[in-house]
Amino acid sequence: MTGKTWAYEDFVEGASLDLGTKLVSAAEIIEFAQEFDAQPMHLDEAAGKASILGGLAASGWHTCAMFMRMLCDAFLLDSTSQGAPGVDQVRWKKPVLAGDILSGNTTVLAKRLSRSKPQLGLITMRSELFNQRGEGVFELENTVMFLARDAAQGPS
Amino acid sequence: MTLDEFFCIGITVTLGSHTFEPEAIKAFARKYDPQIFHLDEEAAKKSVFGGLCASGWHTAATWMKLNLETGVEAEGVRWAGAGPAPEFGPSPGFKNLKWLKPVYAGETVTFTRTALAHRPIMSRPGWRLLTLRSEAFDSTGDKVIEFESAVLVKMG
Repeated sequence: MTGKTWAYEDFVEGASLDLGTKLVSAAEIIEFAQEFDAQPMHLDEAAGKASILGGLAASGWHTCAMFMRMLCDAFLLDSTSQGAPGVDQVRWKKPVLAGDILSGNTTVLAKRLSRSKPQLGLITMRSELFNQRGEGVFELENTVMFLARDAAQGPS
Repeated sequence: MTLDEFFCIGITVTLGSHTFEPEAIKAFARKYDPQIFHLDEEAAKKSVFGGLCASGWHTAATWMKLNLETGVEAEGVRWAGAGPAPEFGPSPGFKNLKWLKPVYAGETVTFTRTALAHRPIMSRPGWRLLTLRSEAFDSTGDKVIEFESAVLVKMG
């Protein structure tokens, strides 16, 4: 647990963290859909074009998974995260299409220490993903638990 | 036939069960959620979860997989109203997702869906929004995940 860059104390209300970028390939859209969401608009370019989504589009659950990977790579893996109890809200605002380049950020909305476990802090965050045209495609709000730095550096 | 009957409003449908094998948990995590408690049995034992467990997104995506495999037709419901059958489209998102208990490696989880209500969408004539409650339970009957989702339905 020692040596993590991000502990509870390091999250500042109002601060925004960059989630980097992610190119969404047709192959990975199809791969995810074959396993979890085998609808034509997630499997086939022509079917996607003919659908309300307008092209080969990622499953919304795939977008959630891609967001999770961006969050992991941006800071979560290098943090004292203890997991999240859930997600308050996800909005799939626009289709994520093959060839899109996603970027994003996570804003710290609020933070507080747990009343029952004072070594544990709760960070409420709002995350957004945008496509290469700057259009918001995805929004997520949730609370993630992080150990305070002293707790993280003590014996586990 | 009323739309309530077609959508099975108020009826909880069992979508099926899925066993989360350790290799599948790790494969999902390597791609989308490479936190140590989803990747490595030994490291997971020392983590907050105490054992290898599925990414919460893996559990959620598996709900979608079983949800699709159990269409309304699986309940013996056939559209018998006027005009073509309503057609299910994309989802605008979900809310109040709770990961209530870790899904540990080897656990078999049973997923359900309950249609709650439907209403017209003012901005999109000819479409309705159907809201659903999604839940899943482990082999001891404990609930592991729940969320409220929605799907657009094109009326015939």
